[in-house]
Amino acid sequence: MSDKKPERRDFLFTASYAVGAVGVAAVVWPLVDQMNPDASVKALASTEVDVSSVKPGNTITVLWRGKPVFIRRRTQEEISEARSVKMEDLIHPEKDEDRAKDPEWLVMLGVCTHLGCVPLNDKGDYDGWFCPCHGSHYDTSGRIRKGPAPLNMEVPKYEFVNDNTIKIG
Amino acid sequence: MSDHEYTPTSKVGKWFNDRLPLLTLANHLTDYPTPKNLNYWWTFGGILTFCLITQIVTGLTLAMHYIAHADMAFESVEHIMRDVNYGWLIRYIHANGASMFFLAVYIHIFRSLFYGSYKSPREIIWIIGIIIYLLMMAAAFMGYVLPWGQMSFWGATVITNLFSAIPLVGEGIVTWLWGGYSVDNPTLTRFFTLHYLIPFLILGLVVLHIWALHVPGNNNPVGIDIKKPSKDTVPFHPYIVIKDGFALLMFMIVFAFFVFYSPNILGHADNYIEANPMVTPAHIVPEWYLLPFYAILRSVPDKLLGVVAMLSAILILAVLPWLDTSKIRSAVFRPLYKQFYWILVADVLILGYMGAMPAEGLYLLIARVATAYYFLHFLVILPVLGFKEKTLPIPLSITEPVLGGSTNLAMAKNKESLDK
Repeated sequence: MSDKKPERRDFLFTASYAVGAVGVAAVVWPLVDQMNPDASVKALASTEVDVSSVKPGNTITVLWRGKPVFIRRRTQEEISEARSVKMEDLIHPEKDEDRAKDPEWLVMLGVCTHLGCVPLNDKGDYDGWFCPCHGSHYDTSGRIRKGPAPLNMEVPKYEFVNDNTIKIG
Repeated sequence: MSDHEYTPTSKVGKWFNDRLPLLTLANHLTDYPTPKNLNYWWTFGGILTFCLITQIVTGLTLAMHYIAHADMAFESVEHIMRDVNYGWLIRYIHANGASMFFLAVYIHIFRSLFYGSYKSPREIIWIIGIIIYLLMMAAAFMGYVLPWGQMSFWGATVITNLFSAIPLVGEGIVTWLWGGYSVDNPTLTRFFTLHYLIPFLILGLVVLHIWALHVPGNNNPVGIDIKKPSKDTVPFHPYIVIKDGFALLMFMIVFAFFVFYSPNILGHADNYIEANPMVTPAHIVPEWYLLPFYAILRSVPDKLLGVVAMLSAILILAVLPWLDTSKIRSAVFRPLYKQFYWILVADVLILGYMGAMPAEGLYLLIARVATAYYFLHFLVILPVLGFKEKTLPIPLSITEPVLGGSTNLAMAKNKESLDK
């Protein structure tokens, strides 16, 4: 076959296959994309939370996009513990200053970055969170310190609308 | 099958068979020459067919009452249990049926490992079997999600999150699987759809599995090629049908014991609590039949490598016919392989136990050693053993060790002269 010179017919075959492939792809894509988040799911993009009743050392959990969000009002000890950690001791180095702009408030997705379980409050070897599923330990800044999780718990986009209200998303 | 000559006796039968040779097929299946030394480990193929049909029939009837919606699924399952006539029975058969299905498939797989049924010329049968096994795991996992209890929800979360380990596209794939930003209603409806589809895919593959089996014919406990039909074979009907039927009855007693006396012993109490995305149960474990792979996942401290190890542990089985270099099929004539076989069985059981225990301390250490040994068995021991092992002499036919004669006279005479 290789010693044959390409003919008009070979060109026609190749062109037909190419057009056919484009056609199949155009039909398959809607069937694949229908599984992505739909408009009603995307519409639930932000949520506002009243945090006036949260005392230092307490955490509240709210649901945002079907996922729990931890809002913790940290104590002075927890803040100083989180800020005194050396970067080289971290699996996923992030400064506490970047994770909690207002040091008193830590807002993050309460989702373990290993396989998505909800870690438990005030547990584990680093005074922060402990995931019961596969044993990941997080510190008081929600950073991964020990266990199979590869990343720190994610800090979502959020802002203080006023002194008592946080808007997530 | 192609060399099969069959003419129906009745005129109508002949007329029909000339147009669609279904009667030829039926005749092939009843006359199918089967090795006469098949033991009870060979009855699990029939038992598995029974399990598949049971799951399809009970599944269809449950689907008439189940509602695939995050707000109603849990309640509709309770409705099936309390209100629907015999709903409790059908659901318990379906739920325990999944466990019985896996129990039978594990015996079926380990029978194949012992007697070398995966070796040439039966590689395609084996690979189709592994694909069926993978589909079974997918179907079981998705089915477990449908009652929308706590274990359903968090099992779904953990398993779908396995895909997030894929670099770059992982998160996108997980969102696509969920149809949202967490496991929710869109996830439930698609899982129900796929859970309904997969058993029929399995049914199709079972037909191919049996078709591929009928080309070379059954392997047997001695593991030698036999002449078919000959003194070494018996017709499938009535000999094997009766034996399979008896084994099936015994199996159904075990099945019925679970359904009627301890229908929840193989499940988790947490799944009678409705799904709550805010709280993960303190101790989440998969169903017993997935525990060995779960232990492998947890024994690797890295997320991506853990997932890779777990998937490899299953997929390595697909290339087993080429990893096992020994030409002798049956472990009966492989004194060393026989020992390693039982070590592997123990290793898998240990992995299963460790998968149910918390991943810490001594449990984790044992799970790691057992994981390493699992791969060592397939990647090092099996390939090397084929070259190093001194195997025992194999008989020339199934009848030879019993009657001294062989269906293959020339070979028997040749052997006699060698013995002298």
